[in-house]
Amino acid sequence: MISYRLNSRIVALGLAAILAMPAAAQTIAITGGKVYPVSGPLIENGTVIITNGKIAAVGANVPIPAGAQRIDATGKIVTPGFVDASTQLGVQEVAAVNDTRDMSARGKDNIAAAFTVWEGLNPNSVLLAPARKEGITSFVVVPTGGLVSGQAALVDVVPGTTTDMIIRSPVAMVAEVGDPQSAGLGSRGELIVKLRELLEDTKFFQTHRDAFDRAQTRPFSASRLDLQAMIPVVEGKLPLLITVNRASDIDAAMRLARDYNVKLMISSGAEAWMMADKLAAARIPVLTGAMNNIPDGFSSLGQRQENAGLLRKAGVQVALIGNAGGGDEEAFNVRNLKQEAGNAVSYGMTWDDALRAVTLAPAEFFGGADRVGSLQPGREANVVVWSGDPFEFTTRAEHVFVRGREYNEKTRQDLLIERYRNLPSTHNTPPPE
Amino acid sequence: MRAFLCLLLVGAAACTARTPTTTTPSPARDSAQADIGRGGTSTPNADPFPSTYVPFPSRTTVVRNVNILTAAGPLIRNGAILLQNGKIAAVGPTVDAPADALVIDGAGKYVTPGIVDDHSHLGVYAAPGGNALSDGNEATNPATPQVWAEHSVWPQDPQFPRNLAGGVTTLQVLPGSANLIGGRSAILKVVPGRTVQAMKFPGAKYGLKMACGENPKRVYGGRGGPSTRMGNVAGYRAAWIKAVDYRRKWDKWNADHKGDPPARDLGNETLAEVLRGNILVHNHCYRADEMAQMIDIAHEFGYQIRSFHHGVEAYKIADLLAKEGIAGSLWADWGSFKMEAVDAVKANMALVDHAGARVIVHSDDPSGSQRLNQEAAKAMEAGAEIGLPVSEEQAIKWLTINPAWALGLDDKIGSLEKGKNADVVLWTGDPFSVYSKPEKVWIDGALLYDRLDPSEQWRTDFELGFVPFNRN
Repeated sequence: MISYRLNSRIVALGLAAILAMPAAAQTIAITGGKVYPVSGPLIENGTVIITNGKIAAVGANVPIPAGAQRIDATGKIVTPGFVDASTQLGVQEVAAVNDTRDMSARGKDNIAAAFTVWEGLNPNSVLLAPARKEGITSFVVVPTGGLVSGQAALVDVVPGTTTDMIIRSPVAMVAEVGDPQSAGLGSRGELIVKLRELLEDTKFFQTHRDAFDRAQTRPFSASRLDLQAMIPVVEGKLPLLITVNRASDIDAAMRLARDYNVKLMISSGAEAWMMADKLAAARIPVLTGAMNNIPDGFSSLGQRQENAGLLRKAGVQVALIGNAGGGDEEAFNVRNLKQEAGNAVSYGMTWDDALRAVTLAPAEFFGGADRVGSLQPGREANVVVWSGDPFEFTTRAEHVFVRGREYNEKTRQDLLIERYRNLPSTHNTPPPE
Repeated sequence: MRAFLCLLLVGAAACTARTPTTTTPSPARDSAQADIGRGGTSTPNADPFPSTYVPFPSRTTVVRNVNILTAAGPLIRNGAILLQNGKIAAVGPTVDAPADALVIDGAGKYVTPGIVDDHSHLGVYAAPGGNALSDGNEATNPATPQVWAEHSVWPQDPQFPRNLAGGVTTLQVLPGSANLIGGRSAILKVVPGRTVQAMKFPGAKYGLKMACGENPKRVYGGRGGPSTRMGNVAGYRAAWIKAVDYRRKWDKWNADHKGDPPARDLGNETLAEVLRGNILVHNHCYRADEMAQMIDIAHEFGYQIRSFHHGVEAYKIADLLAKEGIAGSLWADWGSFKMEAVDAVKANMALVDHAGARVIVHSDDPSGSQRLNQEAAKAMEAGAEIGLPVSEEQAIKWLTINPAWALGLDDKIGSLEKGKNADVVLWTGDPFSVYSKPEKVWIDGALLYDRLDPSEQWRTDFELGFVPFNRN
């Protein structure tokens, strides 16, 4: 009996995998909804046509191809799928179980530039479906820890392999400034010195590669692979995403970026609002949340919920990140990105800016705007039909499309609820149809 | 990191008993105390650190034309509430307002009871954090019933005013969950005070923090144990066996005062007070199977568990919780941060509620505690999605009267009924909307927070100079 059940489950999983393959050439027409393309103005009573996994057309008077599957979105809101700009989703399953933590590298002297976090991304993570169910269709998987944590990737929440999921990689080099202890250093200034040394060594390495290969260079502050990985950063091609909170640390990071022509992005940025004008002038984007107001360290004494709104008012480009306060439940609660957006609105951001901050803004920051983040012809059909205001708790993501395929499979949580909603429970959960 | 820490907490220090059901001292006991000093005997309901709380100045206030969720009945649309002499004097479709009353028009707004968070570590894990302010876990022994959270509370924790601005008026500050038995909780009003005594809720019973599962075995596994769940259970039982013995000896001596008094022991004194029903048990426990075992232990030693905290698997034994009269102090959506949390479902609260058990939205988090209304809203939606809708009238109870019950204070706070303490929140809109915030917060009728008036926004000593004044 037991072995039969196990076998049937394996068969069921196999079937699920087959069903999870990308949809064939199917045309879908989402009609009658309030459509927010984000890249352009709101379209009342708009239509979105999806063909072959891409958005084929968006507009008020779009002809509906014959044979298209129709989805009536009358009275509903249609947006691009949400993009979480910084998460450990997929590289952390159960935070307290080491075997499921793959977001940090040991590196050498806290430098792990060569670390490509997506190599550890688990496409079978049970946390992916709950995120997608609530409208998150893409995310940036970001390494953590050390001084230079490694490289981030932009991925879609689709089944298959990691390769299937990846939209673009790398999309940023990630560093953390502000906690010298965790980087094994003595002070904030030393953090900056270490970064400067790394950037200088990278430049030297880049132009003296032959000498290096003949072992005729001085010792470097990082390994060959780390220096190699840093080259696109000093070339200004790969952004450097620095997690930093104190205003003075943001200032120091900005000086560093200016001195080495590095394309800088700020993450967390508790006191970024104090630097808003300078960040706007230098066109440095900020990734931050809207639910943090506790002076929870001497680096974040000025933390406040108005941060995102104030930055936007000053002209800074902002992406909202879910659960920006961290916490070991972060990966599970990427789905709370919409709550973050609602709170951002409550604390001074415009609704349109908040929507952009969870869709197109992060796609732009990470070089993926040609693929995701907006409803435009040619973009991937990552589309969500919401029952109402996407930021409200009473709203449901009624239809979630990723690359043109609708997902509504049961999550692990759905299966648990089925099992226990009528007590005593049943231990026979039927396999998925 | 945060969740992890929180799931691990406890206090420091030590001392004696407490306050609520004050017993009239007998002349015999007085003379005994005169002989050996008040600290020499183990007296039920002793109160060595009495509350010095005095309500802040208040004026008679009417909020009218406002939607009222009373937590004691249906929503009153466009109703009115009268706060007078620190109490709720009237609530209904209309109230008779005295001529001198301050009248606030609440058009489009909502009034609710003050929120009660029965799982907080404010003051014992104060901001800005770090080792210097890490006072929540007396992680030196797996059983530390002798410690009291109030001896760790820093009244200048800048998290207190933020909680107040989130509509929280009463807190249970618990020791952490490193220990099987973590110590006594402190029941505090969220008010400015120079001392913790000035924040203590007068007459509140103490709580006792207990913890199941992964935390104690993780903390003590490498230093003498327990290192397993079975070791945990042996630890609880060993402690209760001693407590039963201690209680018997002291009850006898307190009755007859014959011979030398037994030796006093702070830890056993706290546990004896639990056995007498004078202290309420708050048990950190995730898994359904472990909760069932904790219930058996309570039966074995004759005490009652008031609430299981975290209870991510409460939905699996919701029928048992209902039968035993044990509340679930739950999260809306935390999960997957450790093995015992992997079966978290968002519909937990709705499932437990529909099974007839008492649901409490708790935080265990200084940030989440400021938005317990939003946590409730997420849980309501999760219920609606599986066909178990929860009304706003019911959900408001999760935030107010149910946690008030868990603290034994439901006769004083937790609902808007005539005669109860005027702990009241005026919300900018429907409290279950992401866009609503507390606009005004009253405790015992005194306006202690006003979003519209910076002069009515409490700032702790710590914030002066360190933290730019910009909250609203």
